[in-house]
Amino acid sequence: MVKLASPEQSQEKKATRAAYGKTLAELAAEGLPIVAVDADLTGSTTTKAFAQAAPENEERLFNVGIAEQNMVDVAAGLSLAGNIAFTGSFAVFGTGRAYDQIRNTVAYSNLNVKIAPTHAGISVGPDGGSHQMLEDISLMRGLPRMKVLVPADYAAACSALRLAAKTPGPVYVRMGRASVPAVYAPDVELEVGRAYVLREGSDVSIIACGVEIAEANKAADLLAEEGISAEVIDAFSIKPLDAETIVASLEKTGCAVVAEEHSIYGGLGSAVSELCAQQCPMPLELVGMRDRFGKSGEFEELMEYFNLDSQALVQAVKRVLERKQH
Amino acid sequence: MNVQAATDQALQMRKNIITMLHAAGSGHPGGSLSCTDIVSALYFGGVMNYDPLNPDDPNRDRFILAKGHAAPALYAALAQAGFFPEEELTTLRKLGTRLQGHPDSTLLPGVEVSTGSLGQGLSIGAGLAAGLRLQKSPARVFVVLGDGECEEGQVWEAATFAAFEKLGSLIAIVDTNGLQIDGQVDQVCASGTLQDKFASFGWEVYEVDGHDMAALIDLFTTLKNSDTPAPKAVIAHTVKGKGVSFMENQVGWHGKAPNDEQTEQALAELNGEVSRG
Repeated sequence: MVKLASPEQSQEKKATRAAYGKTLAELAAEGLPIVAVDADLTGSTTTKAFAQAAPENEERLFNVGIAEQNMVDVAAGLSLAGNIAFTGSFAVFGTGRAYDQIRNTVAYSNLNVKIAPTHAGISVGPDGGSHQMLEDISLMRGLPRMKVLVPADYAAACSALRLAAKTPGPVYVRMGRASVPAVYAPDVELEVGRAYVLREGSDVSIIACGVEIAEANKAADLLAEEGISAEVIDAFSIKPLDAETIVASLEKTGCAVVAEEHSIYGGLGSAVSELCAQQCPMPLELVGMRDRFGKSGEFEELMEYFNLDSQALVQAVKRVLERKQH
Repeated sequence: MNVQAATDQALQMRKNIITMLHAAGSGHPGGSLSCTDIVSALYFGGVMNYDPLNPDDPNRDRFILAKGHAAPALYAALAQAGFFPEEELTTLRKLGTRLQGHPDSTLLPGVEVSTGSLGQGLSIGAGLAAGLRLQKSPARVFVVLGDGECEEGQVWEAATFAAFEKLGSLIAIVDTNGLQIDGQVDQVCASGTLQDKFASFGWEVYEVDGHDMAALIDLFTTLKNSDTPAPKAVIAHTVKGKGVSFMENQVGWHGKAPNDEQTEQALAELNGEVSRG
């Protein structure tokens, strides 16, 4: 069983993005040839913390200015010289603006470049729809050779970044700006290709990722009060997906709700639907952004507004239970 | 001596380009033939340091073909240099080949990075030069771009970065043949000159006749040995389709393979058996 946060630890809230610069600095201190390429967001993405952690790191952070396409290909070039190259920006620019560079240079050449943007999803909040990236998992998941990791909390983000550095080839790590409660123990070590059962249950599986894990845990508590037993699974590795764990849970519970802070097209909901349709057809309900852009608001307000919060999950569970009975 | 060797190899490259494009039935002769002398000067003129038996030698100079559609020129050079058998050239673009329509570095030794989507090679080269500098490597990075390719905005993101980072080991060579798919570069969408643009971005700028082998080798050797901090841009004036009379300066030969008769004529011209029409 994976090491989870203690009740006291789970009171602590921290943004996944805070893991970025700090973990890169740790990896560099361990002797890995880490370089970071940023696009005028070294404070927001926290790569500045990487550069400031040790004198030798300073020349290993490259700020290309507001030029995300160049950022990704400079990282590609740095990787060709034997470095493990991380690129960071807001997710909307770090993936969307530079998609062709990620596709045709990083993935097609199978380079050791890590796409690790922060500020994914609606948790960016007041900046509004232009900055709320809700299609990045879809973009990255569609690329051959690209692995996709979506950490649920700070500890998982640290682990995901370490995995990215130690896994040859392109890896996408999706981080966010919002503070989220600790799910895992601080020193947790997750694996590529694994999903984690955070809470066992028998009536329904709630398969989620990222900030939706906290909502799934809350929903499971609310459902328990009504006598509904929900199994909560963190689909940390969206690609490769842990088919074994997910199928085993689906076969046990007979239905599932899949939740993500992302479009229901092409993300985790799609990945689980594809798996379910091919290996164990059964009722699924998808919670996510339904073919629309985000808008300005505070994170918690937006989670409620777009039906992504624990209450929305509870309703989705009730719908899927109804379908399961028929 | 290098001049003669590179001239001879360039002629062989042109024959190989025609032969492989004919065998493939599709591909890009115009831009391959325009950069042939540039690529030959680098590989066979004693400019670049490389070892075909050890393609991953950390001290090798790096070559990036940003204009990836000129892959036949690169493939011809790599085969003639001994990276893979010359017989393999006629597998170009066929199912199962290592010689993809555009270079695939996961398949073919000697190809540093996959290219084909224009505008990316200079950024990759800049990152590579920065990475080599971190390792205190003396290796140089040569990037061959097209003049049409310089319409891509990313080229100028790379130009800014390379100058700002003082990547003096980065040498960009623009195969300036003046043509792109839809016509003359200056009639499709252009403003100003590449010379002025690179200069204003802080690059050292050089001009050369892209078919004068002695001048190419001389300039490339000088730039390779230079320790000045600015990145270097070479505007190489070339003729699209160079060496095959009916392809020269013809926009229609950007992306079309020669048929049997045209192939025969092209090879006869290159072999000096007939005078150029």
